[in-house]
Amino acid sequence: METVTLTIKDQPGLYLEADTISPDALAGKKAEEIAGLPVYIGKEEHRLGDFFDVSGRAGATAAETKIVVGGDLSRVKYIGMKMTGGEVVVNGNADMYVGAWMQGGKITVNGNVDAFAGTGMKGGELIVKGNAGNYLGAAYRGDWRGMSGGKITVTGNAGSDLGTFMTGGEIVIGGDVDVHVATHAEGGKIIVKGNAKSRVGGQMVEGEIYVFGSIDLMMPGFAYREDVDIEVDGTKGRFALYEGDLGERHRKRKGQMIYGKLYQQIRA
Amino acid sequence: MAEYLIKNGFVFDPVQGIKGDKTDVAIKDGKFVETTAVKNPKVIDATGKTVMAGGVDIHAHVAGAKVNVGRSFRPEDKLFGFKAGRGIERMQGGFSVPTTIKTGYDYARMGYTTVMEAAMPPLYARHTHEEMRDTPILDQGAYPVFGNNWFVLEYLKNHEIENTAAYIAWLLRATKGYAVKVVNPGGTEAWAWGLNCENVHDPVPYFDITPAQIIKGLIEANEYLGLPHSMHMHANNLGNPGNYTTTLDSFKLSEGIKPNNKFGREQVMHHTHVQFHSYGGDSWANVESKAKEIMDYVNSHDNMTIDMGQVTLDETTTMTADGPFEHHLTELNHLKWANVDVELETGSGVVPYVYSPDIKVCAIQWAIGLELALLATDSMRVFLTTDHPNAGPFIRYPRVMKWLMSQESRDQQFDAFKHKDKVIDATNLAGIDRELDLYEIAQMTRAGPAKSLGLAHMYGSLAPGLEADVAVYDFNPNEPYAPDTIETAFSNARHLFKTGVQIINDREIVSNGNKRTLWVNTKVNENAQVMRDVKEKFLRYYTVTLNNYEVSGHYLPNPYVIEVDATQ
Repeated sequence: METVTLTIKDQPGLYLEADTISPDALAGKKAEEIAGLPVYIGKEEHRLGDFFDVSGRAGATAAETKIVVGGDLSRVKYIGMKMTGGEVVVNGNADMYVGAWMQGGKITVNGNVDAFAGTGMKGGELIVKGNAGNYLGAAYRGDWRGMSGGKITVTGNAGSDLGTFMTGGEIVIGGDVDVHVATHAEGGKIIVKGNAKSRVGGQMVEGEIYVFGSIDLMMPGFAYREDVDIEVDGTKGRFALYEGDLGERHRKRKGQMIYGKLYQQIRA
Repeated sequence: MAEYLIKNGFVFDPVQGIKGDKTDVAIKDGKFVETTAVKNPKVIDATGKTVMAGGVDIHAHVAGAKVNVGRSFRPEDKLFGFKAGRGIERMQGGFSVPTTIKTGYDYARMGYTTVMEAAMPPLYARHTHEEMRDTPILDQGAYPVFGNNWFVLEYLKNHEIENTAAYIAWLLRATKGYAVKVVNPGGTEAWAWGLNCENVHDPVPYFDITPAQIIKGLIEANEYLGLPHSMHMHANNLGNPGNYTTTLDSFKLSEGIKPNNKFGREQVMHHTHVQFHSYGGDSWANVESKAKEIMDYVNSHDNMTIDMGQVTLDETTTMTADGPFEHHLTELNHLKWANVDVELETGSGVVPYVYSPDIKVCAIQWAIGLELALLATDSMRVFLTTDHPNAGPFIRYPRVMKWLMSQESRDQQFDAFKHKDKVIDATNLAGIDRELDLYEIAQMTRAGPAKSLGLAHMYGSLAPGLEADVAVYDFNPNEPYAPDTIETAFSNARHLFKTGVQIINDREIVSNGNKRTLWVNTKVNENAQVMRDVKEKFLRYYTVTLNNYEVSGHYLPNPYVIEVDATQ
């Protein structure tokens, strides 16, 4: 695997739209060619090299390409958008849409990400070693197709509207989450190791949510069923199982109604 | 104005009976002229290329309230379809509900120059005209909807044809409308009470009238006035298994009525998107094609025209004044739904929809649309549409042409279906080996719609005296071709002229044209009753006053008025 190193040298006055920072866009290119790739500030087109020092070279394909991005990237959007393979390591905080519509490969962010990380994600792995903003693994505005595959792991906390319209894949949050978890979900798995606030699983049709800590306010559409002993992401424990959202339509499989499942750990 | 001579192309013009002969086409002062009439023309070399009049779309939803609802509640439709402005081209965006700018450009790229907005709620006429005004290049007109209008329901209950006609004339003038549109007659009004009218004899709640009375009455009023276009019909029971009987019952209401107009139109009913109205069976499990039964009727009755409503197997945004149908659709697919009641006039709904080749019903719908066109004995009466964006975006017209012109391409599509055998069992298409030629395509996309609209004196042909709307395509009809060549060639006109102005040169858009809005001004005898009813209803029921209702002045910076005199 060949490595390209991008180090931010000049902070953009406004936000930089840089979906070219992805193994797919860089594959097969030398440092000079990479520096010439387009990035946008509003309607203005610039070169990637105007803002970044570029060194190293890319592999022949996306899968053979690793990108290491360094510096303060809190004004850089769309890192790893739509990537299908290879690896991106972000050493710093990144702005919105990291790994959005990602299909394969791996992104590691050693910092925080802003909103819409993993939007519409279909595959691959996104690891955030800090906190994530709102709409993690959610659907794009207006769309009904949220995260459908792959895995997102956040070490810290996540914001609101996590996994909206999620249909598959897995999200693991090490810390706490804000309101609205898995709204409208029709599949997928969300694990919250810390606490959740209100509106967990609202309008959920199918899928699983696991909360290790507290839930401030339970949705009225969720009904308690039973206590179960299960192992979740390496943690064995007793969980209260709720099913919902009872206000939504639910399909049947073998005569049985399928509900969204919400598990909350029972602490002695 | 500049003179042009389009030399050496293979010309297809059904009006003049030209079937691919090498003929030169001359343009002067915005009109076609004899080649001898041009003195020092700019020459366009069309050697080895196809030349046709500008396309005329009789039915598309491209401007107005419901299109805009579609745009605003589907931001995801624009997500990756954005194109920055460049040269004369302005910024474009969207796929199934594109921006006005993209609408104009994409139609132009397909060689289309005239497009009719198929449903204008009168109350939102100003908005519709604002969007048409902002759509470049195309000549456009809009059909106000009448089939659920309280005035119409009340007049027709008592069979007051003259009053209905006077009201139509007033509303066409007030809204700068072009034709009488009917959508689910009575059913959309019934929907305001959570009901529907599923066949032509279902009573409309609270109005003591049936869809049959509305349809027949509006046809009679339309002919009483002698409007350029006939009554433009979207029947009851759209999109339901077994609905072909409702469709045939609706067709039959036109029997015995003779066309009365000075515009060369021969039909008294245009029935739109017939694909959605040609289903047999009694559930989605056993739905099947009844295109043969429908086309047997159409082929043997020359007082009607139809268009296809071809499903293109895309993700799209359905939108119609048929409120109950959109509710039915959202119950099917559970995606988002918008619904509007337009006061005394009509209603509407909007729902996104994905026509997947993996879903049996979608594949059956695809086959039915093509059957309609391939079973037609007269291509001058069966037109190519997708009911944009309902059955698919209009940018797929060249793909529909490919399917109509090439059995090989249809076989390829059959092979791509997940439920191929079931689709073949439920439809007739696999047994049809007809391949349309470019002459028939020109009938379905130019000459036929222009005639049905009563606009044969302006569009649809390259005859001297007509508007100089002409497209040149990179397609040689005398050489063997792969099916996809058709789609590529007819999606990217090499040259396009609109009223003598060069819009596309070498596939580049070089002008935003000088688009016009067509509307019909009908002179009728003074009718104190109707004017009193209008004033009374506005005072009593409407949320706006008459002064805030009528469309005037700056809404139509470049109007083209078609005058009709119905005073006798």
